[in-house]
Amino acid sequence: MKHSFLDRYSDRDSVIHRIDPRGKLVVTLAFIAAVVLTPFGSWLAYGLFFTVIAVLIALSRLPVSHFVKRSLVIIPFVLLVAAFIPFFREGEVAGSYNLWLWQVSVTHSGLQVLWNIMAKAWLSILSLILLTSTTSFSNILKGLEQLRMPKVMVMIMSFMYRYIFLLTDEVLRMKQARDSRNFGGGRKLWQIGTVGNMIGTLFIRSYERGERVYASMVARGFDGHVRTLERLYFSQRDAVFVAILGTALVSISLFNLLY
Amino acid sequence: MEEIIAIKNLSFGYPDGQPALNDVNLTIYRGESVALVGPNGAGKSTLILHFNGVLRSNGNIRLLGKLIGDKNLRWVRSKVGLVFQNPDDQLFSPTVFDDVAFGPINMGYGNDEVRQAVAQALEMVGMEGFEKRSPHHLSVGEKKRIAIATVLSMSPEILVIDEPSSNLDPRGKWDLIGVLDSLPVTRVIVSHDLELVGALCQRTVILDRGRVAADGLTKDILADKKLLAEHGLATPLSPPTAGRRR
Repeated sequence: MKHSFLDRYSDRDSVIHRIDPRGKLVVTLAFIAAVVLTPFGSWLAYGLFFTVIAVLIALSRLPVSHFVKRSLVIIPFVLLVAAFIPFFREGEVAGSYNLWLWQVSVTHSGLQVLWNIMAKAWLSILSLILLTSTTSFSNILKGLEQLRMPKVMVMIMSFMYRYIFLLTDEVLRMKQARDSRNFGGGRKLWQIGTVGNMIGTLFIRSYERGERVYASMVARGFDGHVRTLERLYFSQRDAVFVAILGTALVSISLFNLLY
Repeated sequence: MEEIIAIKNLSFGYPDGQPALNDVNLTIYRGESVALVGPNGAGKSTLILHFNGVLRSNGNIRLLGKLIGDKNLRWVRSKVGLVFQNPDDQLFSPTVFDDVAFGPINMGYGNDEVRQAVAQALEMVGMEGFEKRSPHHLSVGEKKRIAIATVLSMSPEILVIDEPSSNLDPRGKWDLIGVLDSLPVTRVIVSHDLELVGALCQRTVILDRGRVAADGLTKDILADKKLLAEHGLATPLSPPTAGRRR
């Protein structure tokens, strides 16, 4: 079965694509930190951060629609978590509603927090979409490794990236096999039991696959030490990129702090 | 002829008590292309796992004259290239390059040597230019070739391949046979695809219920229909006939 790429568009070429993954990782993390640490209600600062990310997106020469689509996938999760905040925050009531037995009220300050969270989340999401659309997954892993992330963690992520599609395929095949023998009858509870069996089978299969993968690693001299080639090259241009963005982020934060 | 692998009186049982190999004797010589055939559960995979010391037991197995033991496992694994049946188990890295480079890096090659070994291995299986691709976007035939490249990159003395033609369509199978035939290395091919065996191997060893049941020239063994049928490798002597209704 064919799957979409997690790192779609990362094989294209642009100024942003060519920057060393370490540079991009550091800048992305700094950007998210700066956004998150900006005090509530600093809409001017949000605007400036947005300008920064918009300029980078323009430089990456990727379709804007891609960013919109990916954002729309992630935003609902944020909304799900943040949607309750206006109801629980204390303060001046903006409106109250009767829901059967309960009376719920929405406060102004609660709404304020909601908008702030949404804005911050979206800015962070945009920067992550930019990172993953301009850097191939294997390069992100290489970058993380050279930024001294523990090798075991990097390996776990690399296996996840490699096998997640195989697992999805396996689930789909099991679902097809079940559906071809399921005629719509049976109690709901029984069907839940089937799902439980499928999960169990999937676990055992993955476990056995793990053993086979390990055998093939051992057969090629794996002895528990993860060794990799250093293949990244941090050039002057990367340093300039990190410096410019670092300065931009710091000045936006300082500006916001002072005014 | 120089002996690459010499196995004497090898017996092996799995921890659950199930016997898998029973007094196996087998010698593989340099430059040979040997088919290891047998029905499901005959012990073929168990036997090849002994070739590079993943499984070890009482038997006395020599690689290039040296006994396989704890101390020389690293050396053993660089000399015996084992290709597993399912390429999705063999290819576990995010890119083709990383996978083909995995063995050489573990062998302690330097940067340039690794790059060179990867380029050579990919060229041998006709997959140049696939370095940056990710394995889950390859076809089954492509994955099989890359899986072979992952062990060729260690320049092994002997290549052991488990079921190379499984899951391949006839065209994919014959493409792979072409690739395998062109490799300048001693080969052991585990299969029950007799077409492939006939095309690639001069010598055939039949393994059944953990014992070597026959060992001889492929053309003689493939011609002996009775022997093949006895070990579940060919059409049974009284096959059901399609279309005949009671």
